[in-house]
Amino acid sequence: MAVIGILALQGDFEKHALMIQKLGHETVFVKDQIALNKCDRLIIPGGESTTFLKLIDRLNLRKVLIDFGAAKPVFGTCAGLIILAKEVINDNFKPLGLIDIEVSRNAYGRQIDSFIDDVNLDFNGAKESYEAIFIRAPKIIKCFEGVRHLACHMDDIVMAANKNILVASFHPELTDDLKIHDFFINHFAREGQ
Amino acid sequence: MLNKEFKLKIGLAEMLKGGVIMDVTNPEQAKIAEDAGAVAVMALERIPADIRAYGGVARMSSPKMIRDIQAVVSIPVMAKCRIGHFAEAQVLQTLGIDFIDESEVLTPADDFNHVWKHSFKVPFVCGCRNLGEALRRIAEGAAMIRTKGEAGSGNIVEAVRHMRTVTSEMKKVQSLDDHEVVAFAKNIGAPVELVQYVRESGKLPVPNFSAGGIATPADASLMMQLGAETVFVGSGIFKSSDPANRAKAIVDATTHFEDADAVCKASEALGDAMPGLEIGSIPEDELLQKRGW
Repeated sequence: MAVIGILALQGDFEKHALMIQKLGHETVFVKDQIALNKCDRLIIPGGESTTFLKLIDRLNLRKVLIDFGAAKPVFGTCAGLIILAKEVINDNFKPLGLIDIEVSRNAYGRQIDSFIDDVNLDFNGAKESYEAIFIRAPKIIKCFEGVRHLACHMDDIVMAANKNILVASFHPELTDDLKIHDFFINHFAREGQ
Repeated sequence: MLNKEFKLKIGLAEMLKGGVIMDVTNPEQAKIAEDAGAVAVMALERIPADIRAYGGVARMSSPKMIRDIQAVVSIPVMAKCRIGHFAEAQVLQTLGIDFIDESEVLTPADDFNHVWKHSFKVPFVCGCRNLGEALRRIAEGAAMIRTKGEAGSGNIVEAVRHMRTVTSEMKKVQSLDDHEVVAFAKNIGAPVELVQYVRESGKLPVPNFSAGGIATPADASLMMQLGAETVFVGSGIFKSSDPANRAKAIVDATTHFEDADAVCKASEALGDAMPGLEIGSIPEDELLQKRGW
């Protein structure tokens, strides 16, 4: 059984916890370094990325999160993707830069432009269709070297990864499908891969 | 009830959890709120304390001021329409507002009917004082429920009363046997299937936030500990002596609501809170929470 941390400064961290508990793993809500130290892996949930970054800096968590991401697997959904990115083109804040992608915030528009649609998953040797929920979602504008594409929606990459960091611009935690969480916990960034 | 549209509406409410939503009346205040770490701002012409003082008919904010606020922040922007005023709601949807608050803080437009919120693409939040009222609003399509409290009073007592009433009625629902459900639903004036949902899941079908009287970091912590998933702060920030620091302090106290040391730290070195009102001193017909049903 693995200990999966979920950054719990704000957002839908409880939804992630439910998924992880269904998969039989332990969850820890992370608001400080002490909690983070207990974790084998970390999820940065959906929420408001501006709020996340303000709180990360106010609580002096930037360096510890970067160090964690250099050593252990981290999964970011929606706002979590923005936090982990190298650069955000339409905002003046500085994300953690753990995955070499460039992103645009709220790239589809406001809440009336939020949508549910099928995306094509391509990971773990399987190619399949998956119903994804996009809420005021960001877009990955550019993937640099070393970043793999794991899902796409039309021409957009909506899930990507490097060695340790997994990101999705949609919300697997708002569905009943455990597939992506199972991938992150049981298959992603394992020895020998 | 969980069709795709409704899932998307509730989805945005989920993203706002654990945060603070702040009332703002101009772009400068919106920026202060965003910098403090607010998860959303509520754009309105006058904060509730001023609506109370000013009197007259309070209506939806002007499109211009809403656009000006949308232009300066990247967090979601909410706005209020009058109870039952579906045309104001249509205008707000056209403006691309992220969440509409069908609010008792504005003067009601319809004494009998609330907006049929299912016909909108934008999600709605509505106030409630008890479980029946919460479930009626959810039946109409509200994707988020908040306590009404008593807006603009700076007094937490009504928000506490409403939150405790909702949670104790939810506990009561869970103790009902099969034969008692329909009669209970009839008594609280709520749809049977929603009462069943609460009975089986122990939860409301939508997120449950708190509003109406939150003025200090400890107020925010109290409401979170009583079961609120996010807090709205209306007059409490921009009627205080030091809005930027108070806004930050309330955000910090909400994030760490269970940690008394953190709430204590957030409460230090703050200027004066907004002056409060004793609820008994407000004439009965001026209580905002009595609007809507």
